[in-house]
Amino acid sequence: MEEFTSVFLMLLLVAGALAVLHVRNLFVATMLLSAVSFIMALIFVMLDAVDVAFTEAAVGAGISTVLYLGTLALVGPHEKSSTKKTALPLLLSLAVGGVLIYATFELPTVGSPDTPVQTSRLTDRFLNESPKEIAVPNIVTAVLASYRGFDTFGETTVIFTAGIAVLLILSQVRGRREEDVAIEESTTPQSDLTAEEDTSLQASPHDLVPHVVSKLLIPFVLLFGFYVQFHGDFGPGGGFQAGVIFAAGFILYSLVFGLEYTKKLLPLRLVEFFLAFGVLLYGGVGVVSMLKGGNFLDYNLLLASPVAGQHLGILLVELGVGITVTAAMLAIFYGFAGRSETNNKSGA
Amino acid sequence: MSSLFTQAPILAIILPLLSAPICALFRGATFPWALTTIVSALSFSFSLDLLFHVAEYGAISYEIGGWAPPWGIEYIADPLSAFVMMVISGISTGVLLYARESILKEVPASRLGFFFAAYLLALAGMMGITITGDAFNIFVFLEITSLSSYVLISMGAGTDRRALTAAFQYLIVGTIGATFILIGVGLLYVMTGTLNIADIASQFDTIADTRPIRAAVGFLMVGFAIKLAMFPFHIWLPNAYTYAPNIVTAFFAGTATKVSVYLMIRFIYSMFGADFSFGELPLTTILMPLAVVAFLSMSVVAIFQDNLKRLLAFSSVAQLGYMILGIALASETGLTASILHIFNHAIVKTGLFLTVGAMFYVTGSTYLKDLAGIGQRMPITTFGFVLGGLALIGVPLTPGFISKWYLVQGVLERGDAIGYGLAIAMLISSLFAVIYIWRIVELAYFKPSPEGAPTGEAPLTLIIPCWIFIFGSFYFGIETSMSVGFAETAAKFLMGAVK
Repeated sequence: MEEFTSVFLMLLLVAGALAVLHVRNLFVATMLLSAVSFIMALIFVMLDAVDVAFTEAAVGAGISTVLYLGTLALVGPHEKSSTKKTALPLLLSLAVGGVLIYATFELPTVGSPDTPVQTSRLTDRFLNESPKEIAVPNIVTAVLASYRGFDTFGETTVIFTAGIAVLLILSQVRGRREEDVAIEESTTPQSDLTAEEDTSLQASPHDLVPHVVSKLLIPFVLLFGFYVQFHGDFGPGGGFQAGVIFAAGFILYSLVFGLEYTKKLLPLRLVEFFLAFGVLLYGGVGVVSMLKGGNFLDYNLLLASPVAGQHLGILLVELGVGITVTAAMLAIFYGFAGRSETNNKSGA
Repeated sequence: MSSLFTQAPILAIILPLLSAPICALFRGATFPWALTTIVSALSFSFSLDLLFHVAEYGAISYEIGGWAPPWGIEYIADPLSAFVMMVISGISTGVLLYARESILKEVPASRLGFFFAAYLLALAGMMGITITGDAFNIFVFLEITSLSSYVLISMGAGTDRRALTAAFQYLIVGTIGATFILIGVGLLYVMTGTLNIADIASQFDTIADTRPIRAAVGFLMVGFAIKLAMFPFHIWLPNAYTYAPNIVTAFFAGTATKVSVYLMIRFIYSMFGADFSFGELPLTTILMPLAVVAFLSMSVVAIFQDNLKRLLAFSSVAQLGYMILGIALASETGLTASILHIFNHAIVKTGLFLTVGAMFYVTGSTYLKDLAGIGQRMPITTFGFVLGGLALIGVPLTPGFISKWYLVQGVLERGDAIGYGLAIAMLISSLFAVIYIWRIVELAYFKPSPEGAPTGEAPLTLIIPCWIFIFGSFYFGIETSMSVGFAETAAKFLMGAVK
């Protein structure tokens, strides 16, 4: 049964990917891409990689789709007719795929107990020693946040980089219009809400059902975000997923009620602050452990008992991850949604 | 001091990394620039400390998080990584001394907080790639470097909107390269169950003859080739270098591609081993023709450019050909030449791009037609450019000559017809370099300036850093014991690491 399910999901994945390539409407392609991500998450679940599945569902199927939609709201769902189609990219892709298939023939069997990864001394220590050394039930969290905590610090920095990259590029292009917008904002508060196009990310005041439903939903989304954040030591989850879910709550609010209200609650300046703060919190934990005489990110020294130190360290760095991820997602969303606002205003 | 030194490997990376978010919180032109410069200089001094220490006492390992390798991530300062770190942070610091006036012409002051944050991230990313002893950590820091480079290049859009397409092209090509590297690292992990480079290397012989490893090596080498703009994967580089802000071009010309050259050397020697790379794999037969085609064809292409930055960019692709040739020779002399050229080309090319930046500062253009007669209009800057050009060609008493000298020695060591052929090809390529530099000299000194062209020297804050690089070029062209010494130590270290 399990084999049947994985083959079925794999076929679905291929079909989905081909469909994404085939459809010419970008809106349809985005939704299909989201479906592909979700299938991928299911495959990860079948492979017992629940943390990865969770991330894929939250990031790949969730927030990426929203960001794609944000982009489409700016550029429209119609693909520019491509000028030329050459065989070279297709041949290259097929060649790369061919090499990957070639490589799979001598790969260890999935799930077999004697694969190099299963028998490696790393896996042995992670499984057998980490309950004593780090003592968090979710070993994935122990590896990600402690043994390989520096990689996670790097990944958090990647998210931070992405956030400031989007802010830099979009603000640069928008810069020329900033003055007009400032004038319009002072004279016509909120009146532009009615002058919406159907592609806009802005809310229409007439959508009663989404208003009510999202009002009911948002507290639970945020609560779930907190759960995923602080429960990451015990079950699947952690800062990355929590950050994305938390940001999704705010983005849902923006989509239904309008960006202006979200910006009143969380101004861009504050988002920028949190973007930097998360990285500084993570790095700060490392610096404190250095000041206590250890190496960077050595949580053992944070408190008197090493295990307690590990717990505190993991809690803090995961919080740093969560804060930066939330802020980065919001910054990217503000970047795109703010652009559509500008466009609408200058068009009105 | 001793305790501070034990933290030097990590401090050289986390100082710029943690200063980036601080920088991002500030607006205005001065503070972010000052912080970036100070941090880069500190990082440079830690790298120098490490370099001298490592040359005397051997490699240092730093266990991040207190977890011993292979369970945790380890930083390794060895003769090669410390040398490359010194180059990266040194070039970065030199460029920053020049940056303040220059960048204000191209990027509005309100964005400089983010701009310098991205600059620090690129610096930290490249340093992190260089010093880490962990294969996946390389990928993480590669992502930091790549994302920040894309955005830094796109910041040239204030001058020329084509910077956006150049950055986008680089983003697509660079992402493919990074994905290839990730696939390679993934396959290595599946076959070994570890991500520590030394740990993988210790098991490499037993698994070398399997399909996944062959595929992994292929993906890694192609990934590095894309990232280092090796011919024929170089298409992204000329656009990126042409449209990026001048200090970004100067910074990346001395560092970004060099880091990928470093990675290629590191994986060939420290992971796969020379016997596998040049014995079982036909790396020499693959890399050598590409290297020769690179330095011959790209030098010719450089002759026909109408934009000075683009001309120098094509010359960079050609110069990367020399570094690849040194790797392909699979000998200690060849390797020494490659490592030495990382340093020599970095200092020369960055100096050249800085003088071009000074010309842009005054004339507002890097197109050759606008630079006619620049020799009369900006005599000090132009003279600096000409001296840098001589170093690029490889005239005796310049670093370009020293690297080529070692490379020719390595080529002739082969003792066969191919060796002599390669030496002649290098000579021809150098003649092409004479032509494209002479074109600029002719334009600068023997053509009349366009009517109403801006005249006057760039401010001293630009000229002094330019001349530091030009003097540096000649210093390391005459007093070669230090640079050659470090390169030879690094090459010996790598060859000694061969099982």
